[in-house]
Amino acid sequence: MTSVAPPGPMTPVFCRVLKTRQETRDTFTIELEPPGPMQAHSFAPGQFNMLYVFGVGEVPISVSGDPRRPQILVHTVREVGAVTRAMRALKRGDALGVRGPFGSSWPVEEAVGRDVVIVAGGIGLAPLRPAIYSILAHRQKYGRVVLMYGTRTPEDILFRKELERWRARLDLSVHVTVDRAMAAWRGSVGVVTTIIPRAGFDPRNALAMVCGPEAMMRFTILELQNRGVGLDQIYVSTERNMKCAIGFCGHCQLGPAFVCKDGPIFRYDTIQRFFEIREI
Amino acid sequence: METLRPILAEHPFFRDLEERHLELVIGCASNVRFNAGDFIFRQGEEANQFYLIREGMVALEMFVTGRGPVKVQTMGEGEVLGWSWLVPPYRWMFDAHATEMTRAIALDGKCLRNKSEQDHDLGYQLLKRFSTVVQENLDAARLQILNIYEVQA
Amino acid sequence: MTGQLREQEYILERNHLQKLFDVLTTCGHRIVGPTVRDGAIVYDDLNSVDDLPAGWTDEQDGGTYRLKKRSDEALFGYNVGPHSWKKFLFPPRTRLWQADREAGTAQISGEPPETQKMAFIGVRSCELHAIAVQDRVFIQPHFVNASYQARRENAFIVAVNCGQAGGTCFCVSMNAGPKAAAGFDLALTEIIENGRHYFVVEAGSEAGMAVIDQVPHTPAGAAQRSAAEAAVATAAGQMGRKMDTTGIKDLLYRNYRNPRWDDVASRCLTCANCTMVCPTCFCSTVEDVTNLKGDHAERWQRWDSCFTMDFSYIHGGSVRSSTKARYRQWMTHKLATWIDQFGTSGCVGCGRCITWCPVAIDLTEEVRAIRESEELPTESKEGHHGDT
Repeated sequence: MTSVAPPGPMTPVFCRVLKTRQETRDTFTIELEPPGPMQAHSFAPGQFNMLYVFGVGEVPISVSGDPRRPQILVHTVREVGAVTRAMRALKRGDALGVRGPFGSSWPVEEAVGRDVVIVAGGIGLAPLRPAIYSILAHRQKYGRVVLMYGTRTPEDILFRKELERWRARLDLSVHVTVDRAMAAWRGSVGVVTTIIPRAGFDPRNALAMVCGPEAMMRFTILELQNRGVGLDQIYVSTERNMKCAIGFCGHCQLGPAFVCKDGPIFRYDTIQRFFEIREI
Repeated sequence: METLRPILAEHPFFRDLEERHLELVIGCASNVRFNAGDFIFRQGEEANQFYLIREGMVALEMFVTGRGPVKVQTMGEGEVLGWSWLVPPYRWMFDAHATEMTRAIALDGKCLRNKSEQDHDLGYQLLKRFSTVVQENLDAARLQILNIYEVQA
Repeated sequence: MTGQLREQEYILERNHLQKLFDVLTTCGHRIVGPTVRDGAIVYDDLNSVDDLPAGWTDEQDGGTYRLKKRSDEALFGYNVGPHSWKKFLFPPRTRLWQADREAGTAQISGEPPETQKMAFIGVRSCELHAIAVQDRVFIQPHFVNASYQARRENAFIVAVNCGQAGGTCFCVSMNAGPKAAAGFDLALTEIIENGRHYFVVEAGSEAGMAVIDQVPHTPAGAAQRSAAEAAVATAAGQMGRKMDTTGIKDLLYRNYRNPRWDDVASRCLTCANCTMVCPTCFCSTVEDVTNLKGDHAERWQRWDSCFTMDFSYIHGGSVRSSTKARYRQWMTHKLATWIDQFGTSGCVGCGRCITWCPVAIDLTEEVRAIRESEELPTESKEGHHGDT
């Protein structure tokens, strides 16, 4: 006997795929339309959804779209396994299951009146993009805003056109660097942390949002500290294995924190003691 | 030259040098300018100078057979370019290529090397400062080779 | 279910225990409790009182479990076996939903609600605490596991006060027994003396009162109540293990880099037995399956263990791939981070993890070793396996 399941946090809602777009060699963006009764899927910047590909599996993916336009649900996904590869093959009109949004969000409110320093590495720019949209939508509320983005090669630069548009603004500092490049690249080559010592912000009242591979986040935090930014001024987005996304399957634990509900975004001083322990 | 004194005295790299050492450094300094596309030095050449970049961007490159010139690092305003003049065999390991119009202060490393052999205090002060530069570059290079953005299979 | 409702305790003769079962069956309860199977006392369906392990006891120690015949016919003269009540409240495999797909659209159908009433016979105090611990995991302000809650509400609990302790028991150290204090409908203390075999019964809820009222019983006198207290005191004095829990959370938080973890890692097989037998371990995983045609999918939830290699897998590798990291995760979660997460310890001192560990790792001993290592002069603490 089957019946329509009442919506519950473990039950996905199927959304229609509107379009998919290849961003870089291994990363794509997928746009979804929430179903009728939902109309819009509101979220706070930094939150994630569990995306379910029918019969294949489910993965946690941060929302990468504009929080002011929740009628279209946007995720930027890196192909790393069976589920994300199957997601890449979805076409317009196909159904993708969505559960969420889950998790904590970037401190866009706390940052008001302060200099905002955004440091992104690789795919880490995707979960930060909604925060950048929010900040730019109310630009006058913030002090100086600096965006530093590092990735492997120029071909791996995510949202390149958008970065160029942001860079062209007079009220935003954008630094993009790559680990290595061929001759045609006229921009910076080197790790993203080398930009931090010279970036234009006041460490005393800055608020930093950092997202990228864990190794990159570690050395970014060190470099920010060298500049005089306190650990209670730095927010990071962490990643762990997730199955339920609602805090009872146990997989996402980082010390006492459940990354799915206490995180994924943490003020760094609150998790420092555990984050620094190898294999915790 | 004397007009460079204020720039050098204030530069983080030379700050706190004793007056007599600063004199020696100023004596070895000159203003230089490179157009976009110029090579500042090439791999294999004798390394006799180092540069304090004042404006522009310089790329460190190596020519890799089958791939062409690969940029491994870029340096900009305020950064110190070149330390191969300090250690034998005093030859450049990489090409340095100005990617934009670049102005810098060139320092005669060979001259400073010889002076350091006589005045060990000067040598110590220079080496102390260069150790930091080398360490920062080594750390950064190591982070680059970690290939952190790659997904391990 | 709250604590004692009436101060009065009752006597239930052993011969009338079957009547208790009958009343529960008539009310629609499926009766589950201890029974002997495969050389152990496990929890399974009970058709009658005869299925109880009359005259059996268990001998437990690190990595050791044996059944032995008693000299009497006590029905509850043993401690706890490899099963715990999570087997029924949080079953090892459950389906969450099913989905069918056609022409690009998909439809999800849920599972029918849990309605089966159950009666748990012989729940020990440590197990009552374990159930309360799991309640805090599955019934939280931000999320309630509806099927757990339904099973919980449908469970009638007949607790048993232990008259003896096992070789690996340490409920006293964890303030989890041996006397059942709360969370039961009825609590029985078995007394065999002077040829008489009876139970001193305490009602813990209205539902418990309603059931005992339908079974022949008499008020308990002072002598019988003393006998019950003495039985519990005997158990309290026989604890096979002890754990000093003073400041244990901070102790473990300070010692993530203690070389003792390397020591236990050289013994641990990561077999996950401890997590399977532990009554509070709650980790689960989700399995998405499909039929061959690809038009029908199901999501199942099943027990998981932090000891598995891929428990902490994120693209590229597992966060905790070494044995040391996984053992450390289990023990620090159980005894320390659990307190920050749920307000209580995750351990109830039942000793199962010690008994069922094939290499007899004893977490009370591990805690002791870590505590003692802090009292040593600094040189002795330096690990050879230097790591951060």
